Amino acid sequence: MSEFALIMLSAVLVNNFVLTKFLGICPFLGVSRKLETALGMALAVLFVMTLASTASWLVQQFILIPFDLMYLQTIFFILIIAVLVQFIEMLIHKSSPVLYQALGIFLPLITTNCAVLGVALLNVQQEQTFMTSALYGFGSALGFALVLLLFAGLRERIDKAPVPEAFKGSAVSLITAGLMSLAFMGFSGLVKV
Amino acid sequence: MNILVAVLLLGGLALVAGIVLAFASRAFHVEGDPMAERIDAALPQTQCGQCGYPGCKPYAAAVANGEADVNKCVPGGERAMLTIADLMGVPPKEVEEEAAPPMLAFIREDECIGCTLCIKACPVDAIIGAPKQYHTVVEDHCTGCTLCVEPCPVDCIEMVGKPEVLEEWTWSAPGKSRAKATDPSEGEANAGAA
Repeated sequence: MSEFALIMLSAVLVNNFVLTKFLGICPFLGVSRKLETALGMALAVLFVMTLASTASWLVQQFILIPFDLMYLQTIFFILIIAVLVQFIEMLIHKSSPVLYQALGIFLPLITTNCAVLGVALLNVQQEQTFMTSALYGFGSALGFALVLLLFAGLRERIDKAPVPEAFKGSAVSLITAGLMSLAFMGFSGLVKV
Repeated sequence: MNILVAVLLLGGLALVAGIVLAFASRAFHVEGDPMAERIDAALPQTQCGQCGYPGCKPYAAAVANGEADVNKCVPGGERAMLTIADLMGVPPKEVEEEAAPPMLAFIREDECIGCTLCIKACPVDAIIGAPKQYHTVVEDHCTGCTLCVEPCPVDCIEMVGKPEVLEEWTWSAPGKSRAKATDPSEGEANAGAA
């Protein structure tokens, strides 16, 4: 049990995907303008990343390893994740309009976002089991969601702040992201990985 | 041999995935508003959001519900607008361009009789002067509202293009020529104001 807790803690805080691994920067900067859209994105990422890590584990174990095709990891993972996400988007559209309203626009956007593919590839690298890889995917997405929501909150405030002329817009956003990354470095002693 | 297995596996998986998706799109097809779908088909699908909706589909739905005007799609231009107006059975409207370039009021002082009517009309107190004295416009305060043009008994107030300054300059939207943004009536009027 403590192993699972450690995986979660390390994925959320210590090895945060955005702030220490620099994956998923594009949605991090792109949809963090408003807290509301950031929340939708965070939920979609949570969903897709958990799904992607389990699906890619299955592909790895039952297709790639038996046929000795490990060099085709990337393309197999992209294919399987893209298909799954598209399929589930249609399923949600049919079955739950409310959920579709919340996630619908974001699902296709992150089909093979680098963070999503990254979690699949890192799982394979670290030779996780099925449970731990699902947990790692979920934890990483949770970390992404945490950072995205924090950042969106910060940016909403910065919009109102008297920012010096030269720093307005993306400049101050990038500086804020950098400061957040610095702050998250404080967690690095928490877990030894 | 190995490469054949790889090709077959990847191709097979892709084929299966394609078939599954094709069936899913049939099985899970959601009946949308047919009008919204036809309007959506006429839109350029750039999902640019310039219409004020999060994408082409939401805009199409809003038009179909009668909530939005037919002329909000800037990338679609006149063609998309005409198609949509035709579908909706409403008269075509000119596609909204960007807002007109900012203007400033300018008083030709040698014609001004000092009646103070324009001073009273100005909502932002941007015109200074006194009875029987020339009036003039404080450029920094003028909002270009044109309310002062009408009251002037000698018609000595005109609207001129606001000179572009670095503080307010921005990149023009792609596809729009910059020449359009600058006002043709610069020249001596502007030089006099400055």
